Amino acid sequence: MRSQISRRAFIKGSIAAAGTVVAGTGIAKAADALVNGKKEPLATLLDIQKCIGCEECVRACRDVNAAKYPEPEKPFPKMYPKTVPVQDWSDKREVMDRLTPYNWLYIQHAFVSLNGRETELTIPRRCMHCANPPCVKLCPWGAAKQEKNGLSRIDADLCLGGSKCKAVCPWSIPERQTGVGLYLELMPALAGNGVMYKCDRCYNRLEKGETPACIEACPENVQTIGPRREILEQAHTLAKEINGYVYGEHENGGTHTIYVSPVPFDQLNAAIEKGKGKPHLDRVENMMADGTNLSRAMLIAPLAGLAAAFGKFYLKSKEK
Amino acid sequence: MKSKGKTRSYIYGLILFLITLSGFGQMPIFSRYYIASIPGLGWLGEFYTTHILHYASAAGLIFLAVYVLFDFVVQGAGGKRITGSGYLKMGIIAGLIISGGLMVVKNLPGIYWDHTAVIVLDLTHLGFCMALLMVSLYTLIFKKSWVK
Repeated sequence: MRSQISRRAFIKGSIAAAGTVVAGTGIAKAADALVNGKKEPLATLLDIQKCIGCEECVRACRDVNAAKYPEPEKPFPKMYPKTVPVQDWSDKREVMDRLTPYNWLYIQHAFVSLNGRETELTIPRRCMHCANPPCVKLCPWGAAKQEKNGLSRIDADLCLGGSKCKAVCPWSIPERQTGVGLYLELMPALAGNGVMYKCDRCYNRLEKGETPACIEACPENVQTIGPRREILEQAHTLAKEINGYVYGEHENGGTHTIYVSPVPFDQLNAAIEKGKGKPHLDRVENMMADGTNLSRAMLIAPLAGLAAAFGKFYLKSKEK
Repeated sequence: MKSKGKTRSYIYGLILFLITLSGFGQMPIFSRYYIASIPGLGWLGEFYTTHILHYASAAGLIFLAVYVLFDFVVQGAGGKRITGSGYLKMGIIAGLIISGGLMVVKNLPGIYWDHTAVIVLDLTHLGFCMALLMVSLYTLIFKKSWVK
């Protein structure tokens, strides 16, 4: 693993200078989109065929967000029942091959057949930033938030670590660290279990008009950020050019992370390693659709109650 | 008339039970405390199921509240008047419906509300819920009716 990183670092170093020039133009465009695209949510386009798996984005993410990482107090308070799982990544901070509270972005590898040749594709994976994020909408305390620019994030000062966000996320993205956060001040034995962590799309950098660290650091310009409508247009144009496929446009009712791949996503999904901290690339139905439909139907309830009361009154008056 | 009133009470009781159960199901407690591990209660640990049940129960509560209110307004209750605890429960239910309705709107796609407002709304809804449970327990124990 260590030697792979070094080799990648070498590859990265050799192309960084050229990349910086090209990236500069991309960043300028993104910054312009951030300013002018305020009324529309921002989305990112990830061109999978450009990714060389150098992990520069992963390291940039870790550097820029290091101050947000948990510093748990040990020993952890006892929790009841005793079977409540302690999740401690604080001694495994170096892990980069999956999502953890200390690693919000990682590279997935897929060996697939492309134009008759066995090829390795590398895919940066992190929170999809759903258009209607279940993690935010169903958080019982309002600890998960969605900004007007479409990003979703978890407030580490408010989160109790109940992991509901992970349970309702179609990709199970958020990761928990025990022994940190508000629950320690409340009833640590009986409620809460730490704080949930995930990509916040560098919200504090976006607020300053800067681009997320992973986008800025990428020597290959894998990612592009801009208003969602424009990003979708770019994604479809690119997909047409390479005879490729789009992921993230309709998943979970639409996300703000759009992948374009030269191979179908069901093939990619079959080829990647999936499991804990390693999200799938499967098709995802709109998890909030039932609730949204029912909420519209809920408008009928008061009208039906009114109609029933007056109907009863009318029938009684008629009887008299 | 009396049996109709009882049916109404049973329906109200059933709705109150389901809405409270599914409401508490919005918090990650049933799995932590192994209640969802009890055979037949696994659904209590499934957030999307309890979410839908909560919405459906809320629709039932809104229907019943509007029906009973307007039935009382247009037909009266045979000279009976609403008791103090009845007014209190009406106020709390109104608060629950309004705060719950706002939460439903908040959950719709494309709705971005101020974070502090969302937190206040969550806590207000929970507060109304706890108040209704306590007042309902009081009226049940001391046999206080809605009207007399």
